[in-house]
Amino acid sequence: MTLQAAIATNRFGLGARPGDMAQAQSDPRGWLEAQLAPPTALPPELREVEDSATRLTATYAARKEKDEEARKPLRDALRNAYRGDVARRTRAAITSDVPLRERLVHFWSNHFTISTSRPIVAAAAVPYENEAIRPHVLGPFADLLLAVTRHPVMLAYLDNAVSAGPESVAGIRRQRGLNENLGRELLELHTMGVDGGYSQTDVRELARILTGWSVAAERDRDTGTFLFRANLHEPGDKLLLGQRYNEDGMGEGLLALQRLARHPATARHVATKLARHFIADEPPPAVVAALEKSYRDSDGHLGEVTRTLLRQDAAWAPDARKVKTPTELVVSTARALAGALAGALAGDVHPVATDAGPDQDAARADPALRSLALLGQMPFAAPSPAGWPDQAADWVGPEAMVQRVDWALTVGEKLGDRIDPRQVAEQALGPQASDATRQAVARAPSAAEGLALLISAPEFQRR
Amino acid sequence: MTILNRRHLLAHLGGAATLMGLSPILPPRVGFARTLGDQRFVLIVLRGGMDGLAAVAPYADRDYASLRGRLALPDPNTQGGVLDLDGFFGLNPALAEIHPWYKEGQLLVAHAVATPYRDRSHFDGQDLLENGTLTPHGTASGWLNRAIGELGGGRLDGSGGRRLGLAVGQSVPLVLRGGAPVASWAPSPLKEADGDFLDRVAALYANDPLLANALKAGIDSASMADHALAADADMGMPPGMEAPMEGGATTPKSLRLDPTQLGTSTGRLLADPGGPRVAVMDLQGWDTHVQQGTTAGRLAGALGNLSKVLVALRTGLGPAWRQTVVAVVTEFGRTARPNGTGGTDHGTATAAFLAGGAIQGGRVLADWPGLADGRLYQGRDLAPTQDLRAVMKGILRDHLGLDQAALDKAVFPGGGTPAPLRGLIRT
Repeated sequence: MTLQAAIATNRFGLGARPGDMAQAQSDPRGWLEAQLAPPTALPPELREVEDSATRLTATYAARKEKDEEARKPLRDALRNAYRGDVARRTRAAITSDVPLRERLVHFWSNHFTISTSRPIVAAAAVPYENEAIRPHVLGPFADLLLAVTRHPVMLAYLDNAVSAGPESVAGIRRQRGLNENLGRELLELHTMGVDGGYSQTDVRELARILTGWSVAAERDRDTGTFLFRANLHEPGDKLLLGQRYNEDGMGEGLLALQRLARHPATARHVATKLARHFIADEPPPAVVAALEKSYRDSDGHLGEVTRTLLRQDAAWAPDARKVKTPTELVVSTARALAGALAGALAGDVHPVATDAGPDQDAARADPALRSLALLGQMPFAAPSPAGWPDQAADWVGPEAMVQRVDWALTVGEKLGDRIDPRQVAEQALGPQASDATRQAVARAPSAAEGLALLISAPEFQRR
Repeated sequence: MTILNRRHLLAHLGGAATLMGLSPILPPRVGFARTLGDQRFVLIVLRGGMDGLAAVAPYADRDYASLRGRLALPDPNTQGGVLDLDGFFGLNPALAEIHPWYKEGQLLVAHAVATPYRDRSHFDGQDLLENGTLTPHGTASGWLNRAIGELGGGRLDGSGGRRLGLAVGQSVPLVLRGGAPVASWAPSPLKEADGDFLDRVAALYANDPLLANALKAGIDSASMADHALAADADMGMPPGMEAPMEGGATTPKSLRLDPTQLGTSTGRLLADPGGPRVAVMDLQGWDTHVQQGTTAGRLAGALGNLSKVLVALRTGLGPAWRQTVVAVVTEFGRTARPNGTGGTDHGTATAAFLAGGAIQGGRVLADWPGLADGRLYQGRDLAPTQDLRAVMKGILRDHLGLDQAALDKAVFPGGGTPAPLRGLIRT
């Protein structure tokens, strides 16, 4: 195996399964580029996930139910829907044949975070990703931005669904008003970045422009879908980033999003985040510049920007500088073990919880998911709209490091008697495995500890 | 948790004085031991921007009720009214459990307080709150870590065993990151790896300082927790973990952190004679753009959690509460007026709480800017009239015994401004 093949599968993919490196061997970059053909269908694991409108409709119904006894089964059903969805989504990553594409889905999903910290979005989290993120990760950023911004889940999560122009029909009649949340995060997190050069006034103006972008409620037709509510829209002209927007209802927002997608600050912000994700916490300025240029030259075509990334020498540097997030660690472990993880970890990995209530626990039954919960990265549960951090300092605190090692040992003990850890090292790391790691694995007192050492090793903790 | 597992022993190889962690050791030759003594400091960071006007309402300000509209809290002695502090300010009823502390002189409120940050990004605001400089991302270390460095480098026993600083949670927040080694602790249901296995993992990390240091610190923390929480050994994970503190709706029930458990355990870690002296914990749920509510709603829920944590900290600390200061801070306040959706948007000044037996409390410290139209910052936020850094510097100097020159130079670099606030600590 070549080092390049190992890098292709582990740094750009989601971790090598047995045989993956062999596939990437002859042309590692070509193996990755082949994954950049526009996605057509959902991964098979996700095809049974309901759409967001169905889930939001069920969520509204549960909220409306005032009777505690009648509400409980509705809420349980929603929680189980969420857990079933994220288990499927995790399986999709573990089994993906196009892991670079799947990694990009995770990356953009995190860039445009929605979070179960607002429970209303939980049951529609994976549907949101399926509908707003997946179709657009290899196309124009403007399409992705529009799909996200008009998605009911984002509009609910960042409160735009209820934001009203103070001078709008509803604003005057019902004394409702503006909510800045989406306007601010759209500028700060989704497009220009915090140092992109916008002001508090721009935040407000964008919030005014976006008034009316809302979600159909129970009493509306097509409950749970996007609805432009003209009676919430702030009338009059707006001034965003020095450009005038004549009163044009929903058209103002469409134009603003197009301009934001094209803004040089957005190019820089996107380039920096991509380079940070794939190369290093402090990415090389030359790579950021190359991605930024590619973004501008291609009018923000994300497939093109990703191809540019793959052509950077720095992206193929032999030293693995990124520490895996818990999701990356769990998914790559499961891939290295070719799915054996699922069977072996089922049941009482962690003999702690004894309250076996009815909702206890899709996560419990699904070992990968339970591992994610333990290691602190439940899918779609980021603490803030900024999403999960993408730097080592946020993930390798002392307690977190010990938990990773404890977790590795748990995996080893469950699986050690079924696999040869030396073989796993060969297939998962190949030339990336250091002599020290190979020796430690080979000399471990048991296969269980050998596997645990492999998972704990720096080469496996990093990518 | 077992009391004498191998991880525990490993952490003390070469540190015979602290073997088993049973001896209350603060060798007099260690510099900070003279200055720090038994003082404890807990920093609670409320992430998301706490609405200071809702947590500590200036109910007697003549503009308060009209400005706050439906978010205004009723006067004291009315149904759901605020709990009076000084005839002008009142505590949100969700904080009822700590209201008696005010009368005891163990609770102090600093109001209209802000960091030097004047924009409204959570992430930059938190960064600046924690890094202690004048610019977001101005440095990669936190002011509390630098303070610990000034107090003797982070080791309580000078040898490599127990650490002075503790992050409650899996990772270390920026305020506690930096050159001084610190510990972190979180309840975990995973079976612990033994010392022999950890030794072999540590050997693999020989050329990876990032992972090696984290693992070493983690082992230290675990042994510390094993000792201080030994009485929990037969409890396993605590019962009653229903109250979600963050992302709670979807985290499996058995993994959720219960505020009471979190506070009690942290208090006991700090109370341990050989335990840490400084702890940091995060609480989420303060970004109340919608459904903020008054005496019920999102904010009341978050305040209720805070209240539980504080009460439990006091319980866990036991007699050590007398030597303790707890500071509760947030990155910024929120708009003075409600927004259009029953909440508030990102603002500027807010309130901070100081609690503990060492606090000269029973006071609200405020150079009150007023809430009239012309008095609001940029026409929308409570105007900042005191610098949060002055409050923190006052605690670090008068409670933890930091030298003022070090404070001005290393901890909050800023050419000596603002000066530490005097008289926060009981003498």
